Amino acid sequence: MSRSRSRGILLTAVLVWLVLYPMALVFLGSVRGAEGWTYQYLAAFVSETREWSALWNSLWISGASVILAGMVGVPLAFVFERFDFPGRRILGALVALPAVLPPLVGVIAFEFLYGSSGFVPRAIVQLLGLESSPWQLRGWAAILLVHAYSMYVYFYLFTRAGLAKVDSSMIEAAHSLGHSAASTLLRVTLPLLRPQIGAAALLTFMTALGSFSAPYIFGGGFRVMTTQIVMSKLNGDLAMAMVETAALAAVALVTLVMLRRVMGTRSVAAIGKGAAPATRQLERPVVRWSAAAAGWTFALLLLLPHATLFVVSFVPVGTWTTQLVPPEYTLGNYRALVAEAERLRPLVNSLWMATVATAAALVVSLWAGRLVVQRKVSLRNAIETLTTIPWAVPGTVLAIALATTFSVRAPWVGRWLLVGTVIILPLAYMVRNIPVVAGSVLAGFRQLDPSLDEAAASLGASRWSTIRRVTVPLLRPALLAGAALAFATALGDFVTSVVLYTFETRPISIEILSALREFDIGVAAAYGVVLMLISAVAMAVGTRR
Amino acid sequence: MAESFLQLCNLTKRFNDHVAIRDLTLAVERGSVLALLGPSGSGKTTTLRLLAGFEQPDEGIIVVDGRDVTSATPAARRFGMVFQHYALFPHLNVEQNIAFGLSDMSPAERRVRVAAVLEMVDLAGFQQREVTELSGGQQQRVAVARALAPEPRVLLLDEPLSNLDPGLRERTRRELRAALRQSGVTTVFVTHEQEEAFALGDQIAVLHEGALEQVGAAPDLYDQPATQFVATFVGRASVLRGSMVEAGLVRVADGVDWVADSIDAPRVGQAVSVVVRPEAFEFSSGTGLTGTVSECRFVGARAFFLVDTAVGTAEVEAPARAAAVGDQRYITAARVRVYPADS
Repeated sequence: MSRSRSRGILLTAVLVWLVLYPMALVFLGSVRGAEGWTYQYLAAFVSETREWSALWNSLWISGASVILAGMVGVPLAFVFERFDFPGRRILGALVALPAVLPPLVGVIAFEFLYGSSGFVPRAIVQLLGLESSPWQLRGWAAILLVHAYSMYVYFYLFTRAGLAKVDSSMIEAAHSLGHSAASTLLRVTLPLLRPQIGAAALLTFMTALGSFSAPYIFGGGFRVMTTQIVMSKLNGDLAMAMVETAALAAVALVTLVMLRRVMGTRSVAAIGKGAAPATRQLERPVVRWSAAAAGWTFALLLLLPHATLFVVSFVPVGTWTTQLVPPEYTLGNYRALVAEAERLRPLVNSLWMATVATAAALVVSLWAGRLVVQRKVSLRNAIETLTTIPWAVPGTVLAIALATTFSVRAPWVGRWLLVGTVIILPLAYMVRNIPVVAGSVLAGFRQLDPSLDEAAASLGASRWSTIRRVTVPLLRPALLAGAALAFATALGDFVTSVVLYTFETRPISIEILSALREFDIGVAAAYGVVLMLISAVAMAVGTRR
Repeated sequence: MAESFLQLCNLTKRFNDHVAIRDLTLAVERGSVLALLGPSGSGKTTTLRLLAGFEQPDEGIIVVDGRDVTSATPAARRFGMVFQHYALFPHLNVEQNIAFGLSDMSPAERRVRVAAVLEMVDLAGFQQREVTELSGGQQQRVAVARALAPEPRVLLLDEPLSNLDPGLRERTRRELRAALRQSGVTTVFVTHEQEEAFALGDQIAVLHEGALEQVGAAPDLYDQPATQFVATFVGRASVLRGSMVEAGLVRVADGVDWVADSIDAPRVGQAVSVVVRPEAFEFSSGTGLTGTVSECRFVGARAFFLVDTAVGTAEVEAPARAAAVGDQRYITAARVRVYPADS
């Protein structure tokens, strides 16, 4: 057996063990009890209206999130890509910021801002002399608000990237053929953007389907599938959790396949290589300044949650009761994060676990990348598919699957007792991040000229020295971008952590939650700010050109 | 003189501090083809974009059929445009692309018209093909058909053949000329290739640094270039240094005087540029300008020789064995034109 072939088989085996096998065990667990095969769990699931409504809620919330996020993100992309007004550059970067805000941090920022004791309701109560907050930030409306707020970024970034590639002569051709601006938009520009808008819609739908933080914090009695699974697990109903997990995984994979089919594969890539349309300088001062004002207002609105988090992080515990704004400010919360060993531990935990998980994901991705671009390697399609699967699977599903697989000691079938050890969380983060890193690295590998490897070999370089001196330097941008995103995701992870953490390995997100439970909002916010800053720095380093 | 169908009057276009078009005036007769020829940066594409309405001139007007269209939108002008990279809509098939400009027709009329223009560009039956599946030459013809379909008043083409393989270019050029003749549409096209301009244009306007150098039919440009730029840009020519000894006689060396044509009759004694076509040079024995053959480029029976002389390098076309590299030879010249030096 050739060396590359055996390496292909080895990597496939590792990926199957970490990705497919745990999910298979979940499907198996939902039809197999202590006494053997059984349909009783499935029957219990199917007969329960609560389960059906959670499933339905997951689906319609995801659909509505796509529509709302698209309604914000697509027009925003047009404004920033096509018009030039004062502050366009910096605002254009700022409105992409929710992408680096970990979901849980975004959710608590919303709570501090719009929640019943947040800044905005307090202001309204004071202004109108009301008895209590005019609204409760609870239920489906709150979830949709957070989803639209955090997921419009996908539409914004994808549409802007697409618009930058639209050949300006396409637009001019439509104009010279007698079409108005509106007709050109509908009949040329938007159809040309279909791949980008479709990809953003798919990403938003899958993210919303797997969303956990928002429904967990704001859902209340409104259950979606992800929160339903975690509740079943916490209540000790493991069999039901398995069936629910299997159901959500099935729904996710089926919608993924269906949406891919609906969007089609028909390429609409432009022929030729015309230049992108230039941004239009808004000439009339009134138009120019109102565009700038609208842009700034919108950006401020989007940045308000971040700013809120920052303000609240300086509030001493128990001092903000009925006042409009917190009466006292202190650096004490940040000091506590560093000075108290038990407060510092989650920070250290999250940092090392995210680092290890990212490094491991990088190694797996480089390995996969080298094999996938080599034509001789069998199983290259299998390897590529395996690296993308964790993306389609909600984090909750992955966490339950790993928890199921690694809570039993049976080395002869590839199961070890990892739950409760320091290994399980980095392992889970790594599996979740493989698609992000591998996607970036594989794309980088495809752009490499395969003859570079051969050139290095003909100059006497060994395989390792080729990787070190040729491959890695050339892939640096791809590696950095993938690693930064993976690191930021792992650092702020809540959805897998809540299923798999132990007291010793608790990450920042879990600590934020427990600080909130103790009404220590200042410390919770301080954690959030630290998380946000580290993520932002990682992203800035990773996307630097 | 009767008014021309399309007139560009004193057009000036600036981009920030850069003047792209300077006081350009041109006229195109109904049904004729005008080529805008010039090197890159000469303003020919800007002229085309001003005509199409994608840019607005800073000064001057554009008149079509006696009506000022300078401020009309591209959609209102009813000009057809063929883009350099064709700009075919990749999400639409051939028929949908061509029907794109036919919104005000009924579906039946539209089908008839699409079939008619496809016939005109020799692509009958291609209606349902995807544009992404077509070859470069076919895409070019679909682009022409799309522009012709709404019966434009003026057809504009931006480097229509530059995107094609050299082998395909000549055939496509013939087909394009046939389609233009058949449709009888007034046409303006841009090119940087003299051969293309000569083959397709009834008139050729040579642009240089945003200004018009000369406009005329191909033989006029070649035989009577109005400026040194036209003389050297259209066809090959050598530029030597000389001075006027009397009207119509230029001296290039002691005792070597050539009969010369000029437009603005330079003063006696004035330094001039002496411009000669390769085929107007001849090797001679004993008399003429002396120089050393430094390079020889064979093209079959004849060859081009570079001869280094005291007043510049001359390119001489002669029988292949007329000289060899290193030879010391005399040359004489006919059809000599002189222009003010440093113009």
